[in-house]
Amino acid sequence: MAAKRTIRTIPAERTPVREQPAAERIGGFEEVSLGYDEVEAAREAQRCLFCADTPCMRGCPVSVDIPGFIRKVSDRDYQGAYETIARTNLLPAVCGRVCPQESQCEAVCTVGDSLEPVAIGRLERFVGDLAIANDWASRPFIPPTPHRVGVIGSGPAGMACAADLAKAGCEVTVYEALHLPGGVLRYGIPDFRLPSEVIDAEVANLERLGVRFECNTVVGRLFTPEQMIEEMGFDAVFIGTGAGYPTMLGIPGDSLGGVLSANELLTRANLMQARDFPVYDTPIPLGTHVAVVGAGNTAMDAMRVCLRLGAETVQCLYRRSAAEAPARAEELHHAEQEGVEFHWLTNPVEVLDDGQGNVGGLRCQRMELGEPDASGRRRPVPVPGSEFVMRCDQVVFAIGTNANPIIGQTSRLSLDKRGYLRVDEDLATSMAGVFAGGDIVTGAATVIEAMGAGRRAAAGILRYLGVRDESLPYDALGEPVFGIAPHEHSFVRLRVAETPSTHRTAVTAR
Amino acid sequence: MQSSSDDLRSASTTSAPRAGVTGFPIVARHDISDATFILEVHHPLMARAARAGQFVIVMSHPEGERIPLTIADFDRELGTVTLVVQAVGKTTREMQQTCHVGTSLHGVAGPLGQPSPLGTARTVVCVGGGLGVAPVYPQARAHKERGATVIGVLGFRSAELVFWEDKFREVCDELILCTDDGSAGIHGLVTDGLELAMERYPDVGEVVAIGPPVMMQACAEATRPTGVHTVVSLNPIMVDGTGMCGGCRVRVGDGVRFACVDGPDFDGHKVDFADLRSRLTRYRGEEAQALAHWEHTCRRAEVAAADTSELPTPTGA
Repeated sequence: MAAKRTIRTIPAERTPVREQPAAERIGGFEEVSLGYDEVEAAREAQRCLFCADTPCMRGCPVSVDIPGFIRKVSDRDYQGAYETIARTNLLPAVCGRVCPQESQCEAVCTVGDSLEPVAIGRLERFVGDLAIANDWASRPFIPPTPHRVGVIGSGPAGMACAADLAKAGCEVTVYEALHLPGGVLRYGIPDFRLPSEVIDAEVANLERLGVRFECNTVVGRLFTPEQMIEEMGFDAVFIGTGAGYPTMLGIPGDSLGGVLSANELLTRANLMQARDFPVYDTPIPLGTHVAVVGAGNTAMDAMRVCLRLGAETVQCLYRRSAAEAPARAEELHHAEQEGVEFHWLTNPVEVLDDGQGNVGGLRCQRMELGEPDASGRRRPVPVPGSEFVMRCDQVVFAIGTNANPIIGQTSRLSLDKRGYLRVDEDLATSMAGVFAGGDIVTGAATVIEAMGAGRRAAAGILRYLGVRDESLPYDALGEPVFGIAPHEHSFVRLRVAETPSTHRTAVTAR
Repeated sequence: MQSSSDDLRSASTTSAPRAGVTGFPIVARHDISDATFILEVHHPLMARAARAGQFVIVMSHPEGERIPLTIADFDRELGTVTLVVQAVGKTTREMQQTCHVGTSLHGVAGPLGQPSPLGTARTVVCVGGGLGVAPVYPQARAHKERGATVIGVLGFRSAELVFWEDKFREVCDELILCTDDGSAGIHGLVTDGLELAMERYPDVGEVVAIGPPVMMQACAEATRPTGVHTVVSLNPIMVDGTGMCGGCRVRVGDGVRFACVDGPDFDGHKVDFADLRSRLTRYRGEEAQALAHWEHTCRRAEVAAADTSELPTPTGA
């Protein structure tokens, strides 16, 4: 190996990523970021110091072995790099694209103390894309267990949970309410940020692990989680139905024609392919001057979709300042490049009627930041007499989402006051065998956090089923007694261990 | 049912379909008029789960839209759900041409929405007009099954368009037919039938009205003076049907509700029908465009088919 890298020997500048020029890209839905090629990836991989305390891994909600995979990229062992990532994250091509790395792994990167941090997300995407292109899949030999697990929702939480369970030998069926799997990855995130081929590839990967996807299945309504356990023969159930229920604007005029949620706009454009209307049957309302309320990733996606659908102007309103905007830095930057106008500290107060039941404008007021609120951010307060009318013919609101109500309406599972499922530290719900994770537990969060929750729930389910999870560091959790880690909930395995012959190897040799 | 029908039930019950398989087989079709047809779809799990008042989202082919259709009937033994389709827009007219016994629907998701709360009223009037005739049937049956006196009020344009009269007579203590031209039953609108029913049965405790928004509004106005609880079933434009897009939001009382997860049944005295009607016309332009595009493609396909048929038969085949 070469001499030890230090902050002085590595390339100081972060390797830029090639992007479609803004003027060209808003004409279509092709992906904006073109990703690293081999030379660029090799150069960026040189910037990792392989530091001993690996802060990046602690910054990652699923603890990807980041220095491990970057070392393999440096050694040009790309398949090895993929396998390193896939041990903890089955969806590198997705996460490399949509994770907020700047507030996770890259935020705590040691290189970032003095230079720009290593572009971990771009390297992850590079490896993930190679894996898809070369059809690599982490397909270990999996000794089957007799357990059947049902997963409700095929979004990031459900997919991550299904992957871990399938790898542990469970028979996994994923139920999806819509007609295509992927959840928010499919309906929410546009193609120019996450091409649907990437989602298809990741779904196919899971299918190769033996996971079965059943679409058009609205669990709660077609059958309930209780029925899955009591009648359908599932040993455990994971609920990852997300927080897709959009928050309404709640101001006068919010049901006028041309006012819609970002969820509706994105679902029409992405899942239903309304951008190809009338080849696809679902239409999309086209505004010439669009105002989007909110400054999260969903708002950025909605604005950039509007630009691609032909809007002349797209304006973003946010009641706080740019510093508080929850969107990923790269998305804000891309939106700005593509021509979105930002109006910080601006709050809508009324949607105006054009006289025909459609949007004629948006009355807004200026805000200023006051005392910090419960979230620790400074509360925006209206500036008296600052009202003005913004010209627009379409209003899209992306101001957050709530728990999807269907499971709550149809099951006896314990909910909190806002309709989210209550779980313990193992992500077990109030019903034995039923686990939950992702946005339906925490409220709206990120893709990778949902995946982290899916994996934690999978670990919880395996303990509940009495399946040993060999990836857990048993040593760190105290002395196992008779080979059983103290945190294991079920000791069924003891009986198996007592039988000397083939059963023993079948279950413990995992 | 006596109308022209083709039936494949016995054949398809052996095929053991699973939930969520691609393709939901159509096992029966009955045409009621030149624009309205009934489809029976084999989906045993759905037939088991369905309750009066619920609906499904149907996608007829992979490029299609997701449209909400009320569940007009379900048969738990045969494992079928019945959908009534009125060919008015591009999707439904296309379905009229392509959905036959032996074909299948690309997607059927449901049963969606809250089942109708049946209440405890001793006497119930079930009013159905136009496309609402079929969906009010399971409600009438459910009220009958819980022991209520059920009066059915059904509206049609004329006698030839009357359907399911026998089915309704089985579950109704009295059935009042109303036709626009007086060719069957009373000459008048369903509101006239409703008023007649209210006169004859002073103890009516609940009215269920399903049909076009203007009809449901008229029924709600007819009962407002006496304050009889009036339930209407709303069918706004939807995309996902699972509470995700908010496209189906309706104003009910002081609040905004989603028809797909909070409804589709709401208190008719509280629904803002003007808002509902205005939101239903939102996509009129796009709908015309879709229809024009489809008709154009159909004509092109017909021309192409005609061209092919004129080609000489290949030799040596």
